[in-house]
Amino acid sequence: MSDTQKKFLPYILLGLLGIFGPILFPNYTLSIAYLWMMILMASTWDLLGGQMGYNSLGNITFFGVGMYVSAIVQISFFYEGGVGEYTSAMGSIKPVFTDYEYFAGLFWGVIAAGIASLVLCLIFSSFMFGLRGPYFAIGSLGLAIAAAELTITIDYVGGASGIQMPLFPGEIEFRSTFFYIICFVFTIVAHFLLRWIYSTQFGLAINAIRDDEDKAEAMGIPTLTYKRIGWCIAAVFMGMIGAVAGNMAGFIDKEVAYPIPTFGIFMVAMALLGGKGTLWGPVIGAILFHVVKEATWTYLLNLQWVALGLILIVNIVYFQQGIMGWLQTKFPEMFGITVDSSSRDNVKGG
Amino acid sequence: MLDNLQLLFVWAPIINVQVILEGIFVGAVFALSAYGLALVWGVMNIKNLAQGDFVIMGGYMAFSLHSMHVPLPLILVLVVPTMFIFGWIIYVVMIRRIIDQDMFVSLLATFGLSLLMQQVMNIFYGPEVQTIDMELPVYDAFDGFVTIPASKIISLVMAGIMAFAVIVFMKKSRLGQSIRATAQDPRAARVLGINTDRVYAFTFAFNAALCGAAGVLVSIIWVIQPFYGITYSVRSFAIVTAAGLGNMPGVIAAGFGIGLFEKYVGVIIGTAYEVAAPVSILLMVLIWRQIQMKRNRQVVK
Amino acid sequence: MKHITIKTMVAGAAVAASLAFAGSALAKVEGDTIILGSSISLTGKYATNGLHTQRGYDYAVKIINAAGGVKVGGKSYKLAVKYYDDESTPARGAQLAERLIQQDGVEYMLGPYSSGMTKAIAPVSEKFGVPMVEAEGASRSLFTQGYKYLFAVLSTSEQYLATAIDFAAAKAGNASDVRVAMAFEGDPFSMDVRAGVVDKINEYGMKVVIDDQLPADLSDMSTTLTKVKALKPDILVVSGHSKGAATAARQIDEMKINVDMIALTHCEAAKVQEKFPNASTGFLCPTQWVESLSKSDALFGSAAEWNAGFKADYPSYTSVPYQSAQASAAVLVFAKAFEAANSFDKDKVRDAIAAVEMETFYGDIKFSSAGNNIAKPMFMRQIGADGSYALVESADQMAFPRKVSY
Repeated sequence: MSDTQKKFLPYILLGLLGIFGPILFPNYTLSIAYLWMMILMASTWDLLGGQMGYNSLGNITFFGVGMYVSAIVQISFFYEGGVGEYTSAMGSIKPVFTDYEYFAGLFWGVIAAGIASLVLCLIFSSFMFGLRGPYFAIGSLGLAIAAAELTITIDYVGGASGIQMPLFPGEIEFRSTFFYIICFVFTIVAHFLLRWIYSTQFGLAINAIRDDEDKAEAMGIPTLTYKRIGWCIAAVFMGMIGAVAGNMAGFIDKEVAYPIPTFGIFMVAMALLGGKGTLWGPVIGAILFHVVKEATWTYLLNLQWVALGLILIVNIVYFQQGIMGWLQTKFPEMFGITVDSSSRDNVKGG
Repeated sequence: MLDNLQLLFVWAPIINVQVILEGIFVGAVFALSAYGLALVWGVMNIKNLAQGDFVIMGGYMAFSLHSMHVPLPLILVLVVPTMFIFGWIIYVVMIRRIIDQDMFVSLLATFGLSLLMQQVMNIFYGPEVQTIDMELPVYDAFDGFVTIPASKIISLVMAGIMAFAVIVFMKKSRLGQSIRATAQDPRAARVLGINTDRVYAFTFAFNAALCGAAGVLVSIIWVIQPFYGITYSVRSFAIVTAAGLGNMPGVIAAGFGIGLFEKYVGVIIGTAYEVAAPVSILLMVLIWRQIQMKRNRQVVK
Repeated sequence: MKHITIKTMVAGAAVAASLAFAGSALAKVEGDTIILGSSISLTGKYATNGLHTQRGYDYAVKIINAAGGVKVGGKSYKLAVKYYDDESTPARGAQLAERLIQQDGVEYMLGPYSSGMTKAIAPVSEKFGVPMVEAEGASRSLFTQGYKYLFAVLSTSEQYLATAIDFAAAKAGNASDVRVAMAFEGDPFSMDVRAGVVDKINEYGMKVVIDDQLPADLSDMSTTLTKVKALKPDILVVSGHSKGAATAARQIDEMKINVDMIALTHCEAAKVQEKFPNASTGFLCPTQWVESLSKSDALFGSAAEWNAGFKADYPSYTSVPYQSAQASAAVLVFAKAFEAANSFDKDKVRDAIAAVEMETFYGDIKFSSAGNNIAKPMFMRQIGADGSYALVESADQMAFPRKVSY
């Protein structure tokens, strides 16, 4: 196999999975859709975390905000009473949307979710990026918790009762496939966007920020701007996929929108498992994590979390560079890294 | 909100006493679970996300002992050393290997530990909410307007004693000094003959013991459930971040401060904001620090 | 190995792994067993009640099978339930409902715990035309959506504490003089209960002096109770699942609260009487079912007999939570429907369920066209000084006012 062919093989395999997965295994459509969502979350997290060195525990904030914003748009666009009336009726109003209205609402909802996340990210950037390391992590976690707690005090979006999303018009197989395609497309777009970014000067610059921010600043890199760009890219994707996730769930409340102790941390764990700071690390990590989670869920019932906890510990304690890192150390030639065998330094696993 | 303000300051100012007391009691228990985190973070640079789960574990131990009719003082005497040993074991099995690593690794590893502990407790004790009623007296004052249960007084006293003991220990004892030395410069400490590994193990185990004590208090004052650990973890982080590392008196003050803030926000603005309150303090402190450091063109590290 | 990158291998592994799962497909009827599917909260915040529900389902299945099972087409079939843990998250619940239906081939569903979970799963079962009989999702908003395949045996949530407000109105000279303090946890179920209370308050024109939303992650309501002491309302209503009830009982004890009427949900599940016998005196506790109910059916006997049998199997309960009773009732509805339809066709079964009209140990069951049970009222009980739960059917039967010496 030639070099170029080697490079394309993972894409081909994943592409096959993506396109044929739901056809061959229609019962797993939603499950694979969530897989793409995980890959998206882990990859965008890694832009800020692995590549830039700002480990955020609060990217899930944008997920939740996007979800709620989309719900507002979807309902208020075509239901005259608006969201306030819908939520205060506590379920006794059931708006009927035509097919066009539903899909138009969804479209604009996703766009609005992306914009809202972008705005929110710009606001957060103004006061979050003076924090480093653990403070940034905990500060972002604080943002997520604050967002979750404050959202349920807003009666306009249903307060603590949540919002029932508009019903999907069409058969359930179509529904699963439809959302599947959206998740798949978003993930592909994100992946290639990230791939391109990492190959530009910007990619080098953000790695410089990670390695030594003060020096990077001294060299003239506009660190704050780049940090903003990085976080906002992640935010926009999280917001949009949040909007989609809300529709997939059908009912939104605090737990669905802000799953902080689960997905919020999972995206970090997945990136770490696969090897942070690499393009494929989060992808691999997400696939493995998702597969293990689904397997333990099916077969272990309520022991699944025990298994997950153990896996996380084992991975992090004994296997830190993640899979990509380990492989880069073991087989550096595969990655085009030449090792000077006379001074055998360990290749850093990202 | 206006009504609540009027209630506090015009109609029934006496309830301020109760609110302040509640804030102090809450703060004391949180401060207790935060000391250990401050130690572990300051000395070993480990951010222990399983802190709250250690607390809950202590609570469950107390619950089990109580159902075997063990009296309270004996419960404490049993739980604290057991948690100490547990902490030591966790150190040896897990923490030792991640000491020198990226700080994020510690967050994630302890998150895995947190998951594990929650689930094991869930399997053993079931997911029901548990609480211990020690049937201790309740004192009241001001014609019943202010009530102080003995259990909360005990917890305050205990938190105070432990804080004092920890501070004295760190300042005066040999081991305490070793810990501080290791925190300042591990290599130098090693050169000077301090067994840093021992020091780390002790610190982590000590943290577990402190959390265990806090857990005993939690089970007699509030309720415990396998999944409540995250609340205590987040509050501990908020307190330690607000106080700054290595600042033990600061941790105590921050604990009380956050407790009071939480209760006042609950009365004035609404109970729905009581969980957002400590989190918002955390954010405000971080922002404030940033502003301060920006003046020196520095960042919050 | 060198020419295959690890990325490729993992991608391949993902494909291979999915092949491994393509195996198990259960049919709706396996041999002589009818499979009912159920998403249950075995972990997460609803795990407590998920367990009560699961036990209710299991107990009913056991009794029904022991009595010869279900007769369809002249043959006897046993019942079995396939459980998945929905982790108390609606997204998960919807996902596994689809898995149960599409992959496992289940055609009859038993409901999950909580309205939030049911709200997420109902659209799925509805789309597939799979009848679901649920016993733990009480929100009335479930029944305004026009679902044809959703049936609930329990009374809807807004009725839980509404009776307490009725009693308060009856006891007051002038109903609109009553001052109400309320504290509800910030989750969909409690908000539904609150909606019912608010409706009644508006009906009588009462005044609300405290209206607190308690965070789900907090087990401290001292702030609310401090205001109660200052404002002296006529009635205090609290709803916050087991945690809310346990916290309320403990802190009412500690803060020596005396309000003329105190009503809260989940007393039995939180075991407030066992833990705080003094403070819980006088508490009004709504319940879907009482074990002294004078209703019975051929299979379980009377309410008392069901109770005794259940306790024998699960001796850790001193007082059986109604969640278990209604879970058993749901299974009973299915058993009845299978026999009435004499078929496994899910639409015929659905129609048979809709036509069910029977007395059971749990109470009368008759479904409205929307699917909720309109034949069974919500019962109010009061904890007496002797620790027993006494049925209160009118305001005069209640011990009023509540005066406890601490």
